[in-house]
Amino acid sequence: MSGPLLEIEELSVSFPSDAGALPAVRSVGFAIAPGQTVALVGESGSGKSVTALAAMGLLPPSTRVSGSVRFEGRELLRLAPSELRKVRGGSIAMVFQEPMTSLNPVLRIGRQIEEVLALHRGFDAVRARAEAIELLGHVGIASPERRVDQYPHELSGGMKQRVMLAMAVAGRPKLLIADEPTTALDVTIQAQILKLLRTLCREQNMALLLITHDFGIVAHFAEQVNVMYGGKIVERAPVVPLFASPSHPYTRALLAAMPRAELGRARLEAIPGRVPALDQMPAGCPFAPRCKLAFDRCVEMPPLSRVLGDSTGQHVACWAVETETT
Amino acid sequence: MWRYLGRTIVERLLLLVLISIVSHAVVHLAPGSPAEVDSLNPMMKAEDVLKIRKSFHLDEPLHVQYWYWLSDLFSGELRSFRDNQPVLPRIWDRFLNSLPLFAATTLIVWGLSFPLGIAAAIRRGSRFDRATTFLAYTLISVPGFFLSYVVILGMSRTFDLPILGNRTIGVEGASAFVQVMDRLWHLVTPALMSAMTGIAILSRYVRTQMLEVIGEDYVRTARAKGLPEDEVVYGHALRNALLPFVTMFGFLLPGMIGGSVIFEQIFAWPGLGRLGYEAVLGRDFPTILTLNFFAAVLTLVGVLISDLLYALVDPRIRLS
Repeated sequence: MSGPLLEIEELSVSFPSDAGALPAVRSVGFAIAPGQTVALVGESGSGKSVTALAAMGLLPPSTRVSGSVRFEGRELLRLAPSELRKVRGGSIAMVFQEPMTSLNPVLRIGRQIEEVLALHRGFDAVRARAEAIELLGHVGIASPERRVDQYPHELSGGMKQRVMLAMAVAGRPKLLIADEPTTALDVTIQAQILKLLRTLCREQNMALLLITHDFGIVAHFAEQVNVMYGGKIVERAPVVPLFASPSHPYTRALLAAMPRAELGRARLEAIPGRVPALDQMPAGCPFAPRCKLAFDRCVEMPPLSRVLGDSTGQHVACWAVETETT
Repeated sequence: MWRYLGRTIVERLLLLVLISIVSHAVVHLAPGSPAEVDSLNPMMKAEDVLKIRKSFHLDEPLHVQYWYWLSDLFSGELRSFRDNQPVLPRIWDRFLNSLPLFAATTLIVWGLSFPLGIAAAIRRGSRFDRATTFLAYTLISVPGFFLSYVVILGMSRTFDLPILGNRTIGVEGASAFVQVMDRLWHLVTPALMSAMTGIAILSRYVRTQMLEVIGEDYVRTARAKGLPEDEVVYGHALRNALLPFVTMFGFLLPGMIGGSVIFEQIFAWPGLGRLGYEAVLGRDFPTILTLNFFAAVLTLVGVLISDLLYALVDPRIRLS
């Protein structure tokens, strides 16, 4: 392994509006090694999806994106459009949250997969069709030779997400970005899709950036976890120390809000308040208004990300934690 | 499919009978009798009015009159109240006059609105988008008849284009080529003018529809695949954006009768719209009723074509 596959540094994204630029992502940085699974966790509106879309160059042209997104050493943010298109769907594929609306309703699913094969692997029509059927079978769709000619509305939600996965791996990507891939599905289907996702990653030694709000999925899947809040990464840690000793008050609150079997019927602890709107971001720590440990400095100055002393590789951006450890 | 077709045709025939009964009643209940159109004429006496009423069967109950109209329509004996000429051949003549104007207008409207609307949507907020938006709202705001008179001045003075009627009087003796060219020449200004508002409105619809579709998840999926922008727009977005317009296509046909009255009047075009307008003014019941009947037929046929087309282009629709 020579260096990370994907390296994001100081990535900031803001949306123009009548009230001025709205910061959705602020100085986010993390890296993914080849074959590694990294999770991006946080509530809705914390900037997870925007981070991924910005890295892929999929945000509307009016969006302001700054910082650096390097994939295999190449700077994606300054890549020519034609070069960026080779990366999209080729080296980096993406699966979205809503399988219902993410497939084109008027095109046969076969055609939607064949497109990727023709574009990124140079297959002719006959080979692409054969490979599309092969891929559909591989992602666990029964009688793929019949399904290949069907339209998305003839498939169930779980099957559509399988088709999305077949489409994503068709280009043999080195990195798969899965944006809440199971949120829209039934619990039983969720487990199947996650299992499939893991199998696919292992088979092809594919790195995975898993965007989710579900710590259960994170615990089972991720090696490295980034917790996002208010457009910032507030805590980054390998999965074991994160669950064993969460440091940031937000991470702790999230874990406390998670239902666990051993808790029985005890009340879950909800986090009071809600994620601040983009135009009402506090000047200091974004979590300060909801934080039990917050003091003056939290409101005034944004905390910097610091490595925790005990060599677990845990990074945390919190004033309160620092005073605890020093 | 065939069962659907059979059932829907029977349903639509029943609907047609109902429409004809209602429109017959409405026309007869409206004030103004055909016998009293010329009431200011001093030569007209009360007994003349009675005589006219009797000869047109206007003194009989409505359902009997309806029956007279229906049987005359299907035996081809239907005659105008005003000049006692057969109604059907006249409508057919006017239909043949209206057809080229209608076809040319539709072609211009649909041929221009789609490229304009799509281009404006793709380059949303660009100079082109703002220019077409401004132009569209100008065309919608300026009354068609006013614009027509301005253009008539320009067209006839600068380009020597004919602006009255659908052919030069006396051209019948010339060769077929000259006759065709003469007709085409006459078509230019009226077709352009009656297309103006249509282009303005339809291109706006196309733009809105296209913008909506470009924001859909599956368009983002297409981009995430690395497809070139043209393929994203024309291969993935366009077909979805076009779906609603298939429905609109069906309502075009009846526009041939009702939609062209103003422009036929301005350009002295001897079409169906003017025939209907004059028939209403003269209380020419047989002509009004027959035109109504054909408008209903065109509407029902148009909607049927739309339904069939929709099933053809949208895989989610099943005819059953």
